[in-house]
Amino acid sequence: MTKISMTVNGKARSVDVPDNTLLVDYIRENLRLTGTHVGCDTSQCGACVVHVDGQAVKSCTMLAAAAQGAEVTTIEGVAAGKDDLHPMQTAFKENHGLQCGFCTPGMIMTATDMVKRYKEAGKTLDEDAIREELEGNICRCTGYHNIVKSIADGASKMA
Amino acid sequence: MTDQGIGARVLRKEDKRFITGKGKYTDDIIEPNQAYAAFVRSPHAHANVKSIDASAAEAMEGVEAVLNGHQLTGDGIGNIICGWGITSKDGSPMNMGAWSALATDKVRYVGDAVAVVIADSKAQAQAAAEAVIVEYDVLPATSNVLATLKDGAPQIHENAPGNLIFDWEIGNKDETDAALATAHHKTTMDITNNRLSPNPMEPRSAVATFNEADDHYTLYTTSQNPHVARLVLSAFYNVAPEHKLRVIAPDVGGGFGAKIYIYPEEIVCLWASMKTNRSVKWTSTRSEAFLTDAHGRDHVSTATMGFDKDNNIVGFKINTKANLGAYMSLFSSSVPTYLYATLLSGQYNIANVYCDVQTYYTNTVPVDAYRGAGRPEAAYLIERVMETAARELGVDPGELRRQNFVTQFPHQTPVIMAYDSGDFAGNLDEAKAAADVAGFPARKAEAASRGKLRGLGYSNYIEACGIAPSAAVGSLGAGVGLWESAEVRVNPVGTIEILTGSHSHGQGHETTFAQLVSERFDLPTENIQIVHGDTDKVQFGMGTYGSRSGAVGMSAISKALDKVEAKVKKIAAHVLEASEDDIIIEGGEVKVKGTDKAMGWHEVGLSAYTAHNLPEGMEPGLKEGAFYDPTNFTFPAGCYICEVEVDPATGVTEIVQFTASDDFGTIINPMIVEGQVHGGITQGIGQAMMEHAVYDEGGQLLSGSYMDYCMPRADDVPNYTVSHHSTVCPGNPLGMKGCGEAGAIGSPPAVINAITDAIGNNNLHMPATPSRVWAAIQQVSAAHAAE
Repeated sequence: MTKISMTVNGKARSVDVPDNTLLVDYIRENLRLTGTHVGCDTSQCGACVVHVDGQAVKSCTMLAAAAQGAEVTTIEGVAAGKDDLHPMQTAFKENHGLQCGFCTPGMIMTATDMVKRYKEAGKTLDEDAIREELEGNICRCTGYHNIVKSIADGASKMA
Repeated sequence: MTDQGIGARVLRKEDKRFITGKGKYTDDIIEPNQAYAAFVRSPHAHANVKSIDASAAEAMEGVEAVLNGHQLTGDGIGNIICGWGITSKDGSPMNMGAWSALATDKVRYVGDAVAVVIADSKAQAQAAAEAVIVEYDVLPATSNVLATLKDGAPQIHENAPGNLIFDWEIGNKDETDAALATAHHKTTMDITNNRLSPNPMEPRSAVATFNEADDHYTLYTTSQNPHVARLVLSAFYNVAPEHKLRVIAPDVGGGFGAKIYIYPEEIVCLWASMKTNRSVKWTSTRSEAFLTDAHGRDHVSTATMGFDKDNNIVGFKINTKANLGAYMSLFSSSVPTYLYATLLSGQYNIANVYCDVQTYYTNTVPVDAYRGAGRPEAAYLIERVMETAARELGVDPGELRRQNFVTQFPHQTPVIMAYDSGDFAGNLDEAKAAADVAGFPARKAEAASRGKLRGLGYSNYIEACGIAPSAAVGSLGAGVGLWESAEVRVNPVGTIEILTGSHSHGQGHETTFAQLVSERFDLPTENIQIVHGDTDKVQFGMGTYGSRSGAVGMSAISKALDKVEAKVKKIAAHVLEASEDDIIIEGGEVKVKGTDKAMGWHEVGLSAYTAHNLPEGMEPGLKEGAFYDPTNFTFPAGCYICEVEVDPATGVTEIVQFTASDDFGTIINPMIVEGQVHGGITQGIGQAMMEHAVYDEGGQLLSGSYMDYCMPRADDVPNYTVSHHSTVCPGNPLGMKGCGEAGAIGSPPAVINAITDAIGNNNLHMPATPSRVWAAIQQVSAAHAAE
């Protein structure tokens, strides 16, 4: 067991966990933040994407210990305030970018990261770029049509 | 009037919890004193179990118990059953082999569970499961129908000689043969329908709690039909009587058929909870999902269609061999029979259709309904044959279809179904216009200038949904009725709760069903709550599959609303001293037409519950229930047109345009319906070009992860052009037909017809991967070179 400390959604957290605990299990099982999901066991589906020190990470692929001291943001922490929605969350709702909702947190975390990266690099996030950037996130319900629309809309809302 | 009624694009009520990470899925639930289950699964496709040594596992830290199949059957837990009896041509019943939730003496597929470890943590359970030593006597195995039906093939169940489950037929063989003998032209094709893994993104999960004090069980589970689960767990698996078992399906992350069935793991978690007196949780890994979730499709068929000299279809004859896996799953027998062959008349006027179907056991995971369930197999078969026939006859594939369309309704096909409505030519015309078929030759020429082969393919699908009239399916062998139930509770303050036997796992029922009530009583949807998925809250209902929740589930709600409306009018007429016939419900009020006399909607609710001034003899309260049993199937239909570009050097195929024109009858929320079509088409494109569940000859699953099983991703699919050209369904009060499966049914033939058009070779099987497309191109080139 090791005491793993990190800041999650702006709150300092510290939990004793077995050394081999994955970040996703630390978030889901220890912190009980269950918006981060597990959809596969090969780092393919992207349902577990969170931000670690500002970068999108598949939390099933990282040990909790590797996030020692990091700033972690999960779907529960993306909005500015308790009653607010992040513009990307609003865009997913307004464009019907979700059906069963299971992949949605990972999609939104991936989307906000891609918008930020493209903005920082001064690149245009067009439809082809969105589709390519979603390579690591699988949705079985929507056929991606409305997810792509949501991200384009969310990007403009974030601008 | 509210703008949230029928036809409005209302944003979804359920979205907020999903976009904020507050959804409550089964794996999110943690019970006090919860233990974890890990299953010991067979690594062999076929073997006798010689011994199980759990001593090392039992001694490991945190291990509560290691349980096996002999203990399970010893406690009276019943075998898993198939709920639809099919009778063979010779009158004999189907050969259902015994299936215990934990195998006792023999395992029949890789992943068949032989024992379960219950431990304090997931990691401890998994580690201990690996320490259970099982000694197997490995037997030869078989994994596909063509191998399993051979003489000398390994025998999987003692009561199924030759691994044959049943040999069934539909239609008139002699008349079909006679009609085909007169045909001016015949098109014959060998067609396979590839095996698929459903892959809802949320893996299956169960949390079972036995409460010793009350002798009561609670099961949270990923189910599309919690009442059916409770019924089967009680009546057949003897876990607990129904009144001692509560089944809750909370937020469920997609189903697509895979979450209809009651799997071994749920049975074992319930039983293990009783054995250990702890809550027991199991959540499937994706690897386990590939091994144990029921697969879909897996047909091998030969089909012959005959045409007269004017290109009218005279007969259609089909033989299909279907792989049902190692055991008969809950509705497995109905999929390659009544959900499949009854649609083999397609959208066409065909006097003679005959199909016979043989189903077989193999050493693979059970095969059952997957989005579309039988209807995609029928549509793929008939639409590929139509397109190929048009090419052979040298006529336009759209026009060959048009001249054979059914145009008069009702239309009785030779294979049971009586189509009630449709405008097939209307859908064809709408899709052709939207796809700019007229401009295709120019686009093809332009693509050729870039070295690309461009092709266009049609699919005119029809399906039978609104499953299903209970007496009709009962006469065909179904073990259950397929009606739906609803209860409408108007609370004393006028808010409304709708309790429905349907279950939403992505379909947006919380919004669509509320829109129905909003339309009826002119109330905002935020005043309406949809309650589903809990056997303690909701009256018995049949759940969601077969595109039934609109046509059947909402019809039940509509019937209950009729009763509420009648009572509301009676109360208002009494209080306002008017005639019931003059009462109208509008703008949050219940009014007397043509006067200024009115009560607020909430005042009627309050009147019903205070009961101070009700009509004489009226019971207090405002709550009504209804059961709705459909009188016929519904028949969604449409036309899909796919356009592709193939790189002849690599076989890489891009879908450059996909156009859909669907007839779903009445549409409540077009936004949600379009979303269903987008998702369905994508699953169909997945089947057509990417997805394939592959076993090797020895029964080892080769496509057991997302590294090997190719799921469609965002950059594999295009944007879709989706439109609706609807005729009203006369069979239910709302005129609805259903939209959940259409995309997955209609799209595979459109894709393959487009690719085969591009490459000039009809000999292409799904999934049309680049290597297969490239090989098909080489076949054409070789044939040309030989000429």
